[in-house]
Amino acid sequence: MTLIPPDLATDLLVRRSIAELIAEYPYVENYFAAIRLDVMDPSRSVVEVLGDHPEEYFADYGLSKADFATSIVAFVEQVLSQGPDELGTITSLTLLPGHDKAGRPEACGLVVRAGEVTCIVGPTGSGKSRLLEDIECLAQGDTPTGRRVLVNGAEPSDEQRYDLGHRLVAQLTQNMNFVIDLPVGEFIVLHAESRDVPMPDEVATRVIECANTLAGEPINPATPVTQLSGGQSRALMIADTALLSASPIVLVDEIENAGIDRRKALDLLVGADKIVLMSTHDPILALLGDRRAVIENGAIRDVLDASDAELANLAFLTDLDEHLGALRERIRAGERIEEDLAAAFMTGPLRLRRGTPTPPG
Amino acid sequence: MKFVTVAGPPSSGKTSVILRTIDHLRERGLDTGVIKFDCLSSSDAGTYRRHGVTAKVGLAGSLCPDHFFITNVDQALQWGQRQGFDVLVSESAGLCNRCSPHVRDVLAVCVIDNLSGISTPDKIGPMLRFADVIVVTKGDIVSQAEREVFTARIRQVNRLARILTVNGITGQGSFALSRCIAEAATTDSLIGNFLRFSLPSALCSYCIGQTRIDPAFQAGNLRRIRFDE
Repeated sequence: MTLIPPDLATDLLVRRSIAELIAEYPYVENYFAAIRLDVMDPSRSVVEVLGDHPEEYFADYGLSKADFATSIVAFVEQVLSQGPDELGTITSLTLLPGHDKAGRPEACGLVVRAGEVTCIVGPTGSGKSRLLEDIECLAQGDTPTGRRVLVNGAEPSDEQRYDLGHRLVAQLTQNMNFVIDLPVGEFIVLHAESRDVPMPDEVATRVIECANTLAGEPINPATPVTQLSGGQSRALMIADTALLSASPIVLVDEIENAGIDRRKALDLLVGADKIVLMSTHDPILALLGDRRAVIENGAIRDVLDASDAELANLAFLTDLDEHLGALRERIRAGERIEEDLAAAFMTGPLRLRRGTPTPPG
Repeated sequence: MKFVTVAGPPSSGKTSVILRTIDHLRERGLDTGVIKFDCLSSSDAGTYRRHGVTAKVGLAGSLCPDHFFITNVDQALQWGQRQGFDVLVSESAGLCNRCSPHVRDVLAVCVIDNLSGISTPDKIGPMLRFADVIVVTKGDIVSQAEREVFTARIRQVNRLARILTVNGITGQGSFALSRCIAEAATTDSLIGNFLRFSLPSALCSYCIGQTRIDPAFQAGNLRRIRFDE
């Protein structure tokens, strides 16, 4: 499969200088950095650089001259062919039932669609992570659960299974550490660049603006990511996943309360046409989902759609949550909470406002 | 017997990944043994034994660990065959990051962890560059963005390998690795086969026990830094 016309490949390697190559295909810089770009003259062409150094020079970096030349051409080909992120559109995944830990047939299958939130509930050890793993590896009756996963209603090919594997699923976990110590802005730009997104700076600005609509405390692009609060880093990663991650499926491990507008966060993810799967025991989050799969003994026991009564309760719970949030703010501000809360919560304005949905953000 | 080389920096999670993968290989009815190549000491034989896995440890001691590996690997393979394993996994740290135990036509796995920093894929060279499968661990403790940047860096160094993410604690993702191993070719002997990448050039006076720092005692294959600029 040669996407670059041979004359262009020759042109890349023979005529253009390293500086020109880097200007046109910024990522090529990393290839040269791997063989110490800093000791090279960027005005020289690739062929000249290859000639400047003996074969042993390349061997020190685990390369050969031939490898180096072909990998540059292959890389540029990849950029020209829209990069490695092209997954195609995934609109639905269908889980066909397998069996539980005792080998009994699984009661239900599950269809998860782009733009919908499916919650996964069940006690620890019930098989929630196995379910997620089946999705991650696009199980074909060959995992311990015996489930099969269809992509857009069709069985994926073997190649598709391997190829999609690590790029299919983005995970938003509770643990949100950063190893890279960069300012927020540079970090998001780095992420955008790694995906070959055009205009990475603008995208990064958009991600940060979007994160600021989710978090209570605004994020400054100059703050190192390692100094963000729990709520800020969570907001940043939700915005980043929605706007920048290529993965069509997002696995969310409970969005905790740390100053995040949870409804907005979910709206943002599904608005990006992601397939959202969220493991949670929080009643508000569980009811915010379009449906919830109940896991027991390694299998789906039931799939529940949110009922009308549940939706009414969701409005009440959201209201309650807002009041609790307001109390949290007052505690933070050093105030006392001395009014009769029991009366206010059970009979007061809260009760009158029951059923009023929170305005969408 | 299927033979697989697994390499990766120390503490990247090789043993955990192998153990989780063996669970899946067992479910497929494949009996798997491990040969661990290490330097000075290793408690891994005990770790494997506790999981009911037969493992043998070879310690290089004062020898260059990669030379030690290459001079023992075929005997290790013969041992695995005598044990009647369906699969033998060779586990080694890519000790100075210059070497790679990967052999032509033998499934080569490199284990690398998200915590090691984004320039690590460039630094660990041949054991990553020449791997068929790259297992990325400790993804559960970094952000999604960082995982994606890390994967992109790996992709730059090795364009062709399958990249799998595995959680060494829960085992999530190890099923995919067990599939790769179950589909691997059979290897009956390594005699006549080749390493995918050469070992470092030896030999100098320090290789044979010299400890004195003095140009007069430095002989053999030497390379000096130029400080005269």
